[in-house]
Amino acid sequence: MDQIQKRILAEVADLHAVPEGAYNIRANGESAGRRSTEHIQITPKTEQSGIEVRIAPNTRNESVHIPVVLSESGYKETVYNDFYIGENADVVIVAGCGIHNCGSQDAQHDGIHRFFVGKGARVRYVEKHYGEGDGEGKRILNPGTEVYMEENSAMEMEMVQIRGVDSTVRLTTAELAAGAKLTVKERLMTHGSQTADSIYKINLNGPNANADVVSRSVARDDSRQKFDACITANAPCRGHTECDSIIMDRGRILAVPALDANDADAELFHEAAIGKIAGEQLIKLMTLGLTEEEAEEQIINGFLR
Amino acid sequence: MLELKNIRFDVEDEAGRVDILKDVSFTVEKNKFVVITGPNGGGKSTLAKVIAGVLNPSYGSIWFNGQDITHLNITQRAKAGISYALQQPVRFKGIQVLDLMRIAAGKEMSIGECCDVLSRVGLCAKEYVNREINASLSGGELKRIEIATILTRGTQLSIFDEPEAGIDLWSFQSLIRVFEDMRASIKDSSILVISHQERILRIADEIIVVADGRIREQGPRDEILPHLLGTAAAVGVCERMSTEE
Repeated sequence: MDQIQKRILAEVADLHAVPEGAYNIRANGESAGRRSTEHIQITPKTEQSGIEVRIAPNTRNESVHIPVVLSESGYKETVYNDFYIGENADVVIVAGCGIHNCGSQDAQHDGIHRFFVGKGARVRYVEKHYGEGDGEGKRILNPGTEVYMEENSAMEMEMVQIRGVDSTVRLTTAELAAGAKLTVKERLMTHGSQTADSIYKINLNGPNANADVVSRSVARDDSRQKFDACITANAPCRGHTECDSIIMDRGRILAVPALDANDADAELFHEAAIGKIAGEQLIKLMTLGLTEEEAEEQIINGFLR
Repeated sequence: MLELKNIRFDVEDEAGRVDILKDVSFTVEKNKFVVITGPNGGGKSTLAKVIAGVLNPSYGSIWFNGQDITHLNITQRAKAGISYALQQPVRFKGIQVLDLMRIAAGKEMSIGECCDVLSRVGLCAKEYVNREINASLSGGELKRIEIATILTRGTQLSIFDEPEAGIDLWSFQSLIRVFEDMRASIKDSSILVISHQERILRIADEIIVVADGRIREQGPRDEILPHLLGTAAAVGVCERMSTEE
C-alpha cells in the first residue's frame, strides 16, 4: 500500500500497523492483506466480490478489521460481505471506508454487509466513512447493512461519517427475534453540496425485542440530509428512534420518524429535533475566550462525539 | 479598573421603547468585592451582560484598565480579563466537564488540575470530570461548574450573576470561601456579584443598589447595608429559600 492508502486506513480504522486478530484490507478492489484466526475464518466469495467472515460459537474478546480504501479516481465497486456470528460469541467488528479522489471521475464504494447474529451472541460493529481529495470527481459511499438477530443476541452499531463524502445513501435493515437488542449510534456531518440519506427499517418480531436508534447530525453549507427511520413492532417489544440535528448556513434536513405497531403490548417512541446552535451556548464559550468560530467548532465536536 | 459612564440600554417592544438601564455610571477599583443588589427587574442582569459584551449599550461607554472596551465583542473582553458567570448556566450535548474546564483554562489542563478546581466548588471531582454538561446535571451542579469555569480562568475581573441561586446551604459556605480565595490568589483582582443574599452583602467592600434602571444608592458596605436590612434587597438565606419554594 502507498502512503495515501496508509493514511486513509488510519482515518477510517485507526490502524497504523497490521491489526491484531483477523483482518481483511481491501485497496482499489484488490486484497491488500488477509488473516484468519483459529476462531474467525475469512474467505473470499467465488461468485461475487466480497468476503465471508465466520466466527465460531463462544469466541470471546476477538476482533475483525475489514477496512476498504479507494484512491483511484473513477473506480467503482459493489462488495458483498457476510458475517456469521456463532452462538454466544462476543466480538468487535471494525469496518470503514475511505476514498481519496484527486481526479475528475467519481469514485464509489457500495458495501453490502449482512450480519447473521446467532443466539446469545454479542457484536459491537464500528463503521467509519471518510472522503478526501480535491478533484472534481465525487466520493460516493452507499452502505447497505442487513442485520438478522436470533434470540437474545445483542448488537451495538456505531456509524460515523463526518467528512468528505459527497453522496451517501445508507440503508440499514434489521430483523429481531425474541429478546434481541439492537443499539445504533449514528453520527453524520455534511458540508458543501453533499447529500446524505439515512434510512432504517427495523422489525421487532419477538417478545422483548428492543431497538434503540439514535442519530445526531450536522448539515452545513448547502448540504442536504434525510433521516428516515421506521420501527415496526410485531410482538410485545420496545423501540425508540431519535434524530437530533443541528442545521447551519443553507443546509436542509428532513426527518421522517415512523412507528408501526402491530401488537397491543408494543411500546414505541420517536423523537426528532432540528435547530441551529443555541445562541446561549455560543455566548458561554465566547465568555471563556473562544471566538464565535471556535465556539461553533467545540459545540459541533461535542455534539458529534 | 472598570468604569461605566452614562450607560443606557433600551429595547423596542410592541408598546414602544423600554428603558432597561437609564444613565448608569459607577467604578470598580482594584482589589474590591462589589455587590450589586436591588429589586428583581431593576436591570441588574442587563448590567452584567452589558459589561461582559453580551448586550451592547444604546449610549455610554465602558472602560477597563484605561481602555475603552465599549466596542469590543464578548471574546475580546474575555481575553482582556473579564469573566462572566451566567445566572442560568448553559447545557451542552456531548461537551464534558473536563472539556469546558480546558476551554476555560485556554490550555491543556490535567485531570488532576481539573479535579482540584471542582473540589473547591464542592463537587466530588472523580464523578464529574467525564460527565456531560447536559440535563442529567441538576441546577445546583451546573451552577457550581459555572463557578469552576470562572475560577479556572482567574481573570482580573469576575462577574457573578446570582451565584447562590440553586445552591444549598452547605455550599453557600464554600461559595463565600471561593470568593475569599479568589481575592487572595489573583493579584489586583476584583469581583462583581449580583445578589440579594445578606451573607454576600456582608462581605462586600461596596454595595450598589440598582432599581428601575438607575443606581439608587452606592457606597461602602457599612453605609449602605443598614438601609437594606429588612428589605427584599437583602434577605437571609432561609427566608429567601422559603420564599423561592
